[in-house]
Amino acid sequence: MIYAYFLVAIAVVVVAQRLPDLRAKRGLFLLLGVALLCAPLFDRNDSTFNVLADAGIFVLLALGLNIVVGFAGLLDLGYAAFFAIGAYTYAMMASPQFNLHLPFWLLLFLAAAFAAVFGIILGAPTLRLRGDYLAIVTLGFGEIVPQIFQNLTKYTGGPNGIGALDFPSLFGRSFGQNTIPYYYVVLALIALALFFAYNLRDSRLGRAWMAIREDELAARHMGINTTAVKLAAFALGASFSGLAGVVFAAKLSLVSPDLFQFQVSVLIVSMLVLGGMGNIPGVIVGALVLVLVNNVVLPQANTIAAGAGLHVDFGNYHFFIYGAILVGIMLFRPEGLLPSRQRKEELHHAAA
Amino acid sequence: MLRLEGVTKRFGELVAVNDLSLNVAAGSISAIIGPNGAGKSTVFNMVSGIYRPSAGEILFEDARIDGWPAHRIAAAGIARTFQNIRLFSFMAAIDNVLAGEDAHLHARLWDSLLHTPLQRREEKAARERARELLRFVGLEGVAETYARNLPYGSQRRLEIARALASRPKLLLLDEPAAGMNPREKGELADLVAAIRERGITVLLIEHDMGLVMRVSDEITVLDYGEKIAHGTPAEIRNDPRVIAAYLGTAVA
Amino acid sequence: MHEFLAQLFNGIALGGIYALIALGYTMVYGIIGLINFAHGDVYTLGSFFALTILTALGVSGELHGVALVVDVAIALIGAALLCGIVGVLIERLAYRRLRNAPRLAPLITAIGISFILENVMQIWKGPAPVPFPAVVPNPSVMIAGVAVGAQQFLLVGLAVVMMVALQLFIHNTRLGRAMRATAEDRDAAQLMGININKTIMLTFLIGSALAGVAGFVSGVYYQSTWFFNGFGAGLKAFTAAVLGGIGNIAGAMLGGFLIGIIESFATWKFGGQWSNVTVFAILILVLVFRPSGLLGEAVYERA
Ligand SMILES: Nc1ncnc2c1ncn2[C@@H]1O[C@H](COP(=O)(O)OP(=O)(O)OP(=O)(O)O)[C@@H](O)[C@H]1O
Ligand SMILES: [Mg+2]
Repeated sequence: MIYAYFLVAIAVVVVAQRLPDLRAKRGLFLLLGVALLCAPLFDRNDSTFNVLADAGIFVLLALGLNIVVGFAGLLDLGYAAFFAIGAYTYAMMASPQFNLHLPFWLLLFLAAAFAAVFGIILGAPTLRLRGDYLAIVTLGFGEIVPQIFQNLTKYTGGPNGIGALDFPSLFGRSFGQNTIPYYYVVLALIALALFFAYNLRDSRLGRAWMAIREDELAARHMGINTTAVKLAAFALGASFSGLAGVVFAAKLSLVSPDLFQFQVSVLIVSMLVLGGMGNIPGVIVGALVLVLVNNVVLPQANTIAAGAGLHVDFGNYHFFIYGAILVGIMLFRPEGLLPSRQRKEELHHAAA
Repeated sequence: MLRLEGVTKRFGELVAVNDLSLNVAAGSISAIIGPNGAGKSTVFNMVSGIYRPSAGEILFEDARIDGWPAHRIAAAGIARTFQNIRLFSFMAAIDNVLAGEDAHLHARLWDSLLHTPLQRREEKAARERARELLRFVGLEGVAETYARNLPYGSQRRLEIARALASRPKLLLLDEPAAGMNPREKGELADLVAAIRERGITVLLIEHDMGLVMRVSDEITVLDYGEKIAHGTPAEIRNDPRVIAAYLGTAVA
Repeated sequence: MHEFLAQLFNGIALGGIYALIALGYTMVYGIIGLINFAHGDVYTLGSFFALTILTALGVSGELHGVALVVDVAIALIGAALLCGIVGVLIERLAYRRLRNAPRLAPLITAIGISFILENVMQIWKGPAPVPFPAVVPNPSVMIAGVAVGAQQFLLVGLAVVMMVALQLFIHNTRLGRAMRATAEDRDAAQLMGININKTIMLTFLIGSALAGVAGFVSGVYYQSTWFFNGFGAGLKAFTAAVLGGIGNIAGAMLGGFLIGIIESFATWKFGGQWSNVTVFAILILVLVFRPSGLLGEAVYERA
């Protein structure tokens, strides 16, 4: 059943990408949104919406990273750091840790703002770096941030992290252990993220990002303030991640440093590479496919294998799968499964 | 309008430009000529802010601009094209021009994020201006074509349109006629004249002597980073040092 | 003072390992401009190969006399050779096609290869650290009141010998000159009749073999190895290469020892949990403020 959701969602996004007519495209997305909104009325299976909410969190992350990597062309290998910052913001301000119990909704804003500020702070040193050095510096930050959360035991609970986070509530009613409210929050955030992402793409800022991605030096000479434009990409990308972090922490009711390691950053990069960097429908599909594989296919494969008397843990093959995706796509279809026209031509010509 | 005073640029041991002083009058079309490697592009790179001079001063409308970041120099009114075309290859021609307008747009982050009425109005007007510029350089038919897919001569003209979009007072053209056929060169000469008609001062580097002699008011000749001559086309044509520097090259 | 010296010697030994790995990063970067992200995992692979060979030879503890020399030589050379082959295969299968692709494409691919190697090693030897036999005896000498083990000497000696040999090779042989020419200007080298593919393969072969050597000695030194070691060690070795000036062989060596010493002191002064933060902070500072490193030359951006 869970497969149906993923397959339908993927199919709709793929079809929407093909539609030339903008209104038809929007209509299709709207239809999918309405269907997803109504789904819990008909489907009482909580675990389905649990998986879907997790998938949604990764869609958010992918949309955010896509601003930095896809739009502005800045390969960020430490994106999980902002996810961590969002999650710890919630964990520290809505838990017994400091006996602060700020409301979830306020913390969504705060975390997005914090993450954006850190996006600027961590982005600033990279401004003058070439692409590959920038990637390594962001990777360094991605390693440092969770390590600091781990080391500052007094404030962050150290390696064990912080648990017993508050349940969010709306109009005085707590989310409790229900997954459905989180599912709705995630849907709403994705809608918001899509609205922002499309607007950005078709704006002055989006055009400036494209220009610096194509030729930074020329862009500077055309009067584009590359510093401001890059920092905007880092800040906006990070803020999506901050939002995702809050929902993630609240839903899990727990944070710990090992949830935000390098592997998470690479997982999100893999989503973009798989789907097609820079293309919004593409990265959504990339995120959905990878979550489907990680959270549904592999666990089921375990059960099936166990039924056949085999004791393999397919959960041990995650890295292999991300690695194979990165290598396979870069070698054989560098534009990803669902690329934009631009990317496709770009890579087509580069190879020629 | 643009003044260089004792400008020198060294790359390690190499002195690419040596103690160069230069004065470009507002409203003029001036040219820098000289053999390959004479340091012409290096002058442009210093004026437009890629390199900081090793010594000397660069003044634009009486402000010292050496050391300014490139985007600030662009915003102050100096635009340029590149010897080896540097368009945004995989952006439509019109988007290239729009990118050139960036410094004059007012949309803030907020406007981009929310597509506020200001953003929409501004975008519409910017698009209109971009179309007008494409028309001006003769590229109205290919607004939606990727820069990369345009023929060579059109790419050169698109680069000029993109530079004009930043509303320069001074336009630097680095070998705009390179790779053009005679007909295109003729059109280019007309275009340069038309640009001056718009009140824009032009400084160009060019190897095609016919073109240089036809359009320029003043010519500066560089050789091994040194200024060896300066004058009107007629003076330059008959300068023995210039002829010596160009030995073997036909000075038309 | 005593502790200071002890940490210094520790750091130098650790630095020997980083230096050996850093050589591979610097050679590959010098020649094709790629941060070979999988290089750290080739190093881990080296320790696993050595372990497997030693196990096959029936070695499980300290060796002496002829057996020491023969078995260590077999394990060392075997690990180096196998790693060299793996390195060449990686280049052939994953990087060569992307030689003219946008710069970030091979970097992404390299990360993918790194993940694949880590996963393969995890499945091969398990997710937990694996004990490594202490084959080399470790009698210690007192230097200024600090006990320094024979292994530490061995490690540093090996690293220095390898670097000197590499320098001699690069500067005095035809193949070495081909490597330098290719690093300088690939197209020109090709026009001069240098076989680019062969030269790049050779670079990967040597770099990966050195990582294999590092894998073996680190196994002996720490008496343990782990599938995930290469990630951290690789990043630190890359930091070393950048600190020394990427593309510069002597720089890699210098950077390796510096990073080893810095890490050792950071662990001592701030505690082990801050050592990674310290090293990464250095990586960031160097890349931001002096990307050409200590021994590298500044390059002007061409317009
Ligand atoms: N970034 C740089 N680093 C080192 N040397 C440089 C750099 N840029 C230019 N040069 C050198 O400075 C000298 C002048 O170069 P420049 O490009 O200004 O010449 P030019 O007059 O434009 O020649 P051409 O007519 O071939 O375009 C040349 O010797 C060139 O090699
Ligand atoms: Mg030039």
